[in-house]
Amino acid sequence: MSFFVNQVIIGIQLGSQYMMMALGLTLIFGILDISHFAHGHIYMVGAYLLYIFSVLLGINYWLALPLCMAALALAGVLVERLVYRPLRGTPSINTFIAAIGLLLAIETLVRGIKKDAVRVPVPVDRSVSVLGMSLEVQRIIVILGALVILLLLQWFIQRTRLGIAIEAMAQDREGASLVGINVNRISALTFAIASALAGVAAVLMAPLGSITPEMGNLLILKAFVIVVIGGLGSIKGAIAGGYILGIIEALGVAYISSTYKDVFAFALLIIILAVKPTGLFGERTAS
Amino acid sequence: MKGKLNLNFLFALALLATAAVLPLFLQRTSGGKYNMIVLTYAMIWAVAASSLNLVLGYTGQACLAHGAFVGIGAYSIAIMVERVGINYWLALPLTCLLTAFVGFLIGLPSFRTRGPYFAIVTLCFNVIVYATFENWTWLSGGYAGQPITLPAALSGRLARYYFVLAFLVITLLVVRQIVKSIVGASFLSILSNEGLSEAVGISAFRYKLLSFTVSCFFAGLAGALFATASGRVDSSITSYLHSFYVLIYVLIGGVATLAGPVLGAVGLYFLLDRIKGLGEFRYVGFGVLLILIIVFFPRGLVGGLNQLRDWARERRSARSPGEEVAG
Amino acid sequence: MSVILEVDGVTKRFGGLVAVNKVDFTVEEGSILGLIGPNGAGKSTLFNLIGGAYRPDEGRIRLDGKDITGWPPHRVAREGIGRTFQTTALFQELPVYLNLAIGYRMKTRSHILDVIFRTPRARREQKEITQRVMEVLAFTGLAEYFDRLAGSIPQEAQKRLAIGIALMGRPRLLLLDEPTGGVGPEETGRIIDLIRKVREAGITVCVIEHKMKMVMGLVDRLVVLNFGVKIAEGPPQEVCSDPAVIEAYLGECIA
Ligand SMILES: Nc1ncnc2c1ncn2[C@@H]1O[C@H](COP(=O)(O)OP(=O)(O)OP(=O)(O)O)[C@@H](O)[C@H]1O
Ligand SMILES: [Mg+2]
Repeated sequence: MSFFVNQVIIGIQLGSQYMMMALGLTLIFGILDISHFAHGHIYMVGAYLLYIFSVLLGINYWLALPLCMAALALAGVLVERLVYRPLRGTPSINTFIAAIGLLLAIETLVRGIKKDAVRVPVPVDRSVSVLGMSLEVQRIIVILGALVILLLLQWFIQRTRLGIAIEAMAQDREGASLVGINVNRISALTFAIASALAGVAAVLMAPLGSITPEMGNLLILKAFVIVVIGGLGSIKGAIAGGYILGIIEALGVAYISSTYKDVFAFALLIIILAVKPTGLFGERTAS
Repeated sequence: MKGKLNLNFLFALALLATAAVLPLFLQRTSGGKYNMIVLTYAMIWAVAASSLNLVLGYTGQACLAHGAFVGIGAYSIAIMVERVGINYWLALPLTCLLTAFVGFLIGLPSFRTRGPYFAIVTLCFNVIVYATFENWTWLSGGYAGQPITLPAALSGRLARYYFVLAFLVITLLVVRQIVKSIVGASFLSILSNEGLSEAVGISAFRYKLLSFTVSCFFAGLAGALFATASGRVDSSITSYLHSFYVLIYVLIGGVATLAGPVLGAVGLYFLLDRIKGLGEFRYVGFGVLLILIIVFFPRGLVGGLNQLRDWARERRSARSPGEEVAG
Repeated sequence: MSVILEVDGVTKRFGGLVAVNKVDFTVEEGSILGLIGPNGAGKSTLFNLIGGAYRPDEGRIRLDGKDITGWPPHRVAREGIGRTFQTTALFQELPVYLNLAIGYRMKTRSHILDVIFRTPRARREQKEITQRVMEVLAFTGLAEYFDRLAGSIPQEAQKRLAIGIALMGRPRLLLLDEPTGGVGPEETGRIIDLIRKVREAGITVCVIEHKMKMVMGLVDRLVVLNFGVKIAEGPPQEVCSDPAVIEAYLGECIA
């Protein structure tokens, strides 16, 4: 029983990471209709930035967090400006292919600079005992951190003028531009927010594993699986889907096979799409 | 139109003649021999790129699983020959059919989605295949991989070069027959306007599945040729990175043209080998190039040239109505 | 005369909006039926329901007595209904002759192996396609454009090409959604003549039109939609003097 609870907690922690990534993707998709396939690589860059800040430059972990977020937000804005904006209005597959070019460039650039995996030390290197099983404090930090981020995002979308504009655009893209919402500004802002979210996920998660140039690949695919399953552009779907996938994966690793842990999500996606192409919660089809 | 056809034909003939006599020169030096091997692999990727072109360029469906299908083809022939004991010459067509069948099965659920989502679903399939071959060492032969014993006729480097060249030519001839026909026109109609093709009685789902299955047949062939050329297959051949590379060959060479994917694959593969010294950084340029192409030249280089030619022809025929006959 | 198309209590909702509300009418074989109504009345939606692009929430659609309700578009097309779209749909990037050839695909049976090996069937059908393309090029008066890209020919020629594509498969019923929309007055005449020729060739026509004057001289019967509901039906003169129609059109009809 306690093993099970422990696995569920690990699942929630994994899910927190997925959720933050899927949120960014679904925001970008819902608002701008862009399949930002290089988002996982933005996350990877965030993890390396943490390594640079905290290991190479010796900056405190908690100070590195906002630094990474800011740096990634800037990177996100640049990506939108340089890659996606010139493609606005072209078929969505073109944007997707550009994203592949982008991720290839980022990944190989990082690998060219530093091929081997790196690690950053855990800021709070302790474990607590939950129902007799020990659990790293960092995992709890990830879970709580993700919740704080969720609340902040909620506040931003419901309470600020920009947030409300974003919400309006997600609801009705053409309508929003008719009411005079500045599309360019919203685009840049959406990318900044989504990338900063990826930054939080990266900084919180990075101490728990090794940092590699490939780490974004599976993550982005899983985040996409969540977005598709949760319904394209649906924020609730991304949150629920993120946690569900995290828990399924943690339990799958514990009870079925750890070798094939990455396969569960994709098999699930192919099955669900075959049965219900609109995803579980969404009305928009995956088309 | 007649003149254009002849020009294309002459161009193709010249290319073929060059490819056929090139080994005679390359054979003489050790550097040349090495280049002959590079060219052999380049032509194998040209087969893969031409197969992707059928589903991506003509039907408009961005499949990101060609790495997996090439990998499945490579492993199929190696396992059939080595472990099942099937004769190589029988295993070769069986491999293509098997890969086509797997493609058909994967196409069934995947074509319920469109555009980027189709790309993502196929990419997911590639990840599953890759993970399976990486982890299931009984199937993949693990780190050592799966060797394949070749028939005596293919033991020489030169023989393998011509063997691959022959299959590249066959692939192109078949693709040409298809795209010049009413079936190929139906593929194009889906790329151009899916709603209208449905309204004239063409089932988009069926034709997408058809072009995907045929495409996988030739991806399987590319895999079989890869196994033949390298004599050993390991799980890295199933990687989705190959899906990306093949996609890039097609896009840079030019979608929906016969020559584009071949020139893209041979040119880029050769170029990448030339600048090997740059290591990983080569692919940075690859990625940037892909972005630039998609922004400035979405139809690729050969497509871009055709665009220019069509434009010139439009201007001419705007002045003098054509007197040629359709068909 | 027999009934070729029967629309029976068909309803289509988009969320809360009832775009087509329990509409019935029938079309006589060999006739031209006009479908009119103000913007947003549900005319195009009705065509999409008949053509299979949408599935009706209620009601049945029958072609020659055969129930085709909810069939996918490609099956409806094979059953003998050709159609055009309001925003002219063409294979823009392809030459005119190929646009037409694609329209004939449903009449050919060559499959992939036939075309790869150029079997006798493939060769015979290729000739057949060429022949049919020539026929329709002549019929629609598009011969001069045959190798131009469809997207590059004049607007009015594009409209005729869209009709030509639909004619390729020898439909028994042709649905035309605003065939003269966005076309100047003289060129409108050419399209009207083409529609008359289509009817003379024995094909039944349903046409959506905004321009009342044009409709009056062309159609045998009119069906008027307003807010998804059929408000009048009958011979054009009669329908035009119907008070409900005059109200819907704010008197435009009388002009
Ligand atoms: N796919 C759709 N989703 C939601 N609403 C739709 C859809 N298609 C049509 N509608 C709505 O249904 C109503 C009828 O539209 P329709 O296009 O059939 O009108 P119409 O009579 O063809 O008008 P027009 O003369 O402008 O072409 C309109 O209010 C339109 O907004
Ligand atoms: Mg309409």
